[in-house]
Amino acid sequence: MAKNIPVVQKVLSGNDEIAAQNRQLLDDYGVYGINMMASPGAGKTSLIEKTVQYLRNSLNIGMINGDIATTFDAERAQKAGAVAVAVNTGGNCHLEAHMIRDALAELDLSEIDLLIVENIGNLVCPAGWTLGTHKNVLVASIPEGDDKPYKYPGMYRGVDVLVINKIDLLLYIPFDMNRFKQGVEILNPGLATFVSILSDGGRVARLDSMDM
Amino acid sequence: MHELSITQNILDITIREAEKAGADEITAIYIVIGELSNYVDDAINHYWHLLGEGTIAQNATLHFERVPARLKCADCGTEFRLNPDSYLCPECESARIEIVAGEEFYIDSLDIEKSDPVEV
Ligand SMILES: Nc1nc2c(ncn2[C@@H]2O[C@H](COP(=O)(O)OP(=O)(O)O)[C@@H](O)[C@H]2O)c(=O)[nH]1
Ligand SMILES: [Mg+2]
Ligand SMILES: [Zn+2]
Repeated sequence: MAKNIPVVQKVLSGNDEIAAQNRQLLDDYGVYGINMMASPGAGKTSLIEKTVQYLRNSLNIGMINGDIATTFDAERAQKAGAVAVAVNTGGNCHLEAHMIRDALAELDLSEIDLLIVENIGNLVCPAGWTLGTHKNVLVASIPEGDDKPYKYPGMYRGVDVLVINKIDLLLYIPFDMNRFKQGVEILNPGLATFVSILSDGGRVARLDSMDM
Repeated sequence: MHELSITQNILDITIREAEKAGADEITAIYIVIGELSNYVDDAINHYWHLLGEGTIAQNATLHFERVPARLKCADCGTEFRLNPDSYLCPECESARIEIVAGEEFYIDSLDIEKSDPVEV
């Protein structure tokens, strides 16, 4: 006997369930979690380094590194003063909630206030997999071009904070900030947006406070 | 590469639901994919043959319903397809735009084969 049965379930519902457990665990220990996403080289590790240097006297910071592009990122965060674990992603193109669950088991959460996850450098895949962190941060950078919100709408739509890095390079690279901002605003109205220079000393400012 | 993981998720959900319904075999799976969710069906088909082997889903045909991304202007009400060059309203150039479709990614239903109840 042939029969059609309704399912209507999100394909990634299994990942969402584990992410919810991760969130619960973080909340139980009072840990605030951030998932940092970007294309390779945009400045994720630089932002983590600067954040750790800036906050290490007031907060204990943990870092989970999944970026396969370089093997030194966890060490860079460690050197800046974070407790870091590297995740073995088995060649995956994004982190999944179960990888974070395993990494959390390696950290002493009672000793951590802020947890920063460096996702794998990729603007497509990480967008669909929630990890259980409290905020999703996207680091964009000037050399990537002003068309990225139009090429990767899924990523720009799903984040809570946007950092536009390498604005020192606006002097050398054509980049239409208005076109970029317009795309972002339509995908993600009111998105908290910052601009930064993360090489050298490091400076970050809110975009709406800047006269570009 | 993420299609491997996606395929595993589809397999897990469909087998669980089919077993709940007492299926002997899954013959078809209907999946809805929005344009904004970026998942490639060819690769899913490829992994299906690897991962599904030896399960009640091994002969299932995968059907993908692609939902184009659709935007709607909050000022003049015009509905339009996603245009990768500009998201502004093509009628009035407003930037107050809502995304009304294209983010779906779910398993809608299954066709199953089930042996008839035995008469006593
Ligand atoms: N010019 C410039 N280079 C930067 C800036 N921030 C980071 N970089 C450089 O960009 C490269 C990649 O940065 P990294 O933080 O490793 O990127 P990740 O791959 O996203 O983790 C490094 O060589 C950094 O020194 C910036 O604001 N301006
Ligand atoms: Mg890095
Ligand atoms: Zn309009």
